[in-house]
Amino acid sequence: MMPDEKKKEAAKKDAPKKDDSKKGPAKPEVKPAPPYPGWELDAPKQVAECKHGAGLLGCWFDPTGKWLYTSGQDNVISRWDFVANKRADLAGHGSWVKSIGFWPGKNLLVSGGYEGQLIVWPVDGVQPEPLRQVAAHNGWIRAVAVEATNGMVVSAGNDGEIALWQLPNLTPVRRWPGHDCHVYQAAFRENGKEIITADLKANVRVWDTATGKLLREGKPVAALHKFDAGFAADIGGVRAWGVNGAGDRLACAGITNVSNAFAGVGNPLIQVVDPKSLKVLQEHKSKEAYQGTMWGVAIHPAGFVLGVAGGSGGMLWIWKPDQAEPLRVLKQPDNIRGMALSADGTKVALAQVNGSARVLNLKA
Amino acid sequence: MKRSPSCGSFEHGLSRRAFMGGLAAGAAFGVPTLGASSLGAAAGALSNDLAKSQKRVLMVYLSGGVSQLESWDPKPGSKTGGPFRAIPTSVPGVHISELLPHTASQMHRLALVRGINTAEDDHGKGSLIMHTGRKEEPGIQYPHLGSVCSKLLGDEAAPLPGYLHITPGAGGGSSPEDAAFLGPRFGPVGISDGKAPLNIDRPGGLTPEADLARQNLRRKVDERFLAARRTARTEAFTQTFDQAKGLMSKKGLFDIVGEPDRLLDSYGRHDFGRHCLLSRRLLEGGATFVKITHTNYDTHHENFDFHIEQLGEFDRSFATLVDDLHLRGLLSTTLIMVISEFGRTPNINHLYGRDHWSKAWSVALGGCGIAPGAVVGKTNGQGTEVVDRQVNGGHLFHTYFQALGLDSKKNFYIDQRPIPMADPKTEPIREILA
Repeated sequence: MMPDEKKKEAAKKDAPKKDDSKKGPAKPEVKPAPPYPGWELDAPKQVAECKHGAGLLGCWFDPTGKWLYTSGQDNVISRWDFVANKRADLAGHGSWVKSIGFWPGKNLLVSGGYEGQLIVWPVDGVQPEPLRQVAAHNGWIRAVAVEATNGMVVSAGNDGEIALWQLPNLTPVRRWPGHDCHVYQAAFRENGKEIITADLKANVRVWDTATGKLLREGKPVAALHKFDAGFAADIGGVRAWGVNGAGDRLACAGITNVSNAFAGVGNPLIQVVDPKSLKVLQEHKSKEAYQGTMWGVAIHPAGFVLGVAGGSGGMLWIWKPDQAEPLRVLKQPDNIRGMALSADGTKVALAQVNGSARVLNLKA
Repeated sequence: MKRSPSCGSFEHGLSRRAFMGGLAAGAAFGVPTLGASSLGAAAGALSNDLAKSQKRVLMVYLSGGVSQLESWDPKPGSKTGGPFRAIPTSVPGVHISELLPHTASQMHRLALVRGINTAEDDHGKGSLIMHTGRKEEPGIQYPHLGSVCSKLLGDEAAPLPGYLHITPGAGGGSSPEDAAFLGPRFGPVGISDGKAPLNIDRPGGLTPEADLARQNLRRKVDERFLAARRTARTEAFTQTFDQAKGLMSKKGLFDIVGEPDRLLDSYGRHDFGRHCLLSRRLLEGGATFVKITHTNYDTHHENFDFHIEQLGEFDRSFATLVDDLHLRGLLSTTLIMVISEFGRTPNINHLYGRDHWSKAWSVALGGCGIAPGAVVGKTNGQGTEVVDRQVNGGHLFHTYFQALGLDSKKNFYIDQRPIPMADPKTEPIREILA
């Protein structure tokens, strides 16, 4: 120790100690009121872990919240009673599955596979078997949605076509060329009167369900796409989306600021769009310099927005709907490739690269 | 390593082109001159028969490392297989990735080597192995295949450079050092983005007579200079002018718009399609070695999406090129190779990517000297290891040379030091030779 440091050390020892008794009784720490009372956003507790095995591609709750479905790189969809940790495998696809939709009234599930096939399954039953299979698209199916009232299905994928089907038999209704590149998302809106789709190049289009006519289109989320000239390839697109209960806020998620497409160097981003005007209402970003893709997004019934990412570690962010910076940053044990929010908002499931889905309880 | 120009070396003992790669491109772009040798009346077009009997090479280089699992050696349903299915090809029992449906229909004209282990996961070093057949060695630089072919197969009278490299973007492709001890004249001439070299036309203000007078004067000066200071570099430098003149006489080859619409559609009206069509025109026009680089396959992130995009572009254009070469009677004399610097990891990483993997990967060959439909080598169920007939870059080079009718066990000589044409520790892959 240098002489100066010795002096400082001695001075510290000689200094009078603080008399805590003069402070008076300790004031109780006042915690600020939680921004969303009744919801646990600081440390949601894990209530289940569903170990699918192969690296996960996505997860979905059925509308009742009883089952969690996972899909993996083994081409298998697994249905989990996550409370009892019981699993049933739905085998039938010849490739990866990243799109699933439910028809609540009839307890049916429709899945779309990368082999281009749509399969209808029963939601319940000990061992669900395919009820109906159709070759629906040339190439990957990336999006499937079911219109809850009438059981109409929309599917889309790499062939750029938008196809309509009628449940329970997947009877073909109509199809039309919708996009000139891979279609990543499709959903019904306005009680099934309209279909909204989004693609690799961040085009968002709204169609008349009855005729297939294009009603409006735009590129509000252009920040989610880039043509990387160095690699001569398109990167990005609307990799996930979620809509609020009123149907007037559509959260589109993906990757932005891509500096190296083939290494995945970019930042996750959510852009919330008004589906009527196709204008961006709000952006949600990561707080830290995180690199990766936002693979899941949901707008919670209480109003806050959840987003998950994979790339440089698993992350779950929570935002207030009117703020770009997150309210909560919750680091996760592994990179995440998908997220599901139960219909009542009490559970969130995270599909991890390591092959397990973690179910977290959001209810305080 | 410098070559002595008067050593009686292999280079001087062999027939060779009058035109050079490398520095030649400089002349085409207007680099100042020392002089030029005579182009000669023999530099006219080759006859059709002669052109068809000439051995030539088409190298398609999938830059960055194409995934063998998404191309030549799919493993659908396995842990490492990814989302793509395998499809049957025109060769019974041989399946390739569904990303290559058009190529699958040409499989009876191609062959696969599925047991490659180059043990080198670095881009530059892997590329060197695949272009020279050797690992990097201190003290010696081996010539690239294009340079060797330019030297050994090239015709002295041909107006086109022996080694042409069609690059995907502007610039690049001309690297005289690729020729190593063979001399810079055998280096590649870059054809940027498949477009005719700049300034390929004689300047408007220069009459043919004035141009001829200018060339004659330059030749005289060159001859005086070379008489006293002849080296491989000065020789190459002077010959760049002949090469430029040769290119000028063949500028029509670069103009593909006159091709039938149907053919243009079949090749694809994108850059790679255009480059493939140009390569056929160049090969047909007398080029010995044409390399097309297609970029980029270095898919550490989103391997599957990017392979859809890249191979979607590659597939139809390449299949059309193979078919077109066949229809024109050129396939039996054109050795085709589709290579990368390495393959990609069977393991799918957290970014949906695959990383570099040189331990078990594949290339496709075809045409001249190659047994059509042959498949040699095998990897295990997950594609992690070669389990049958493992080969490396040396084996491939012996195979290329043998397929072209060259004795791969011969030597080059540098100052009387023998340099084996191909790695003497390896042998040709005889199962794939016709």
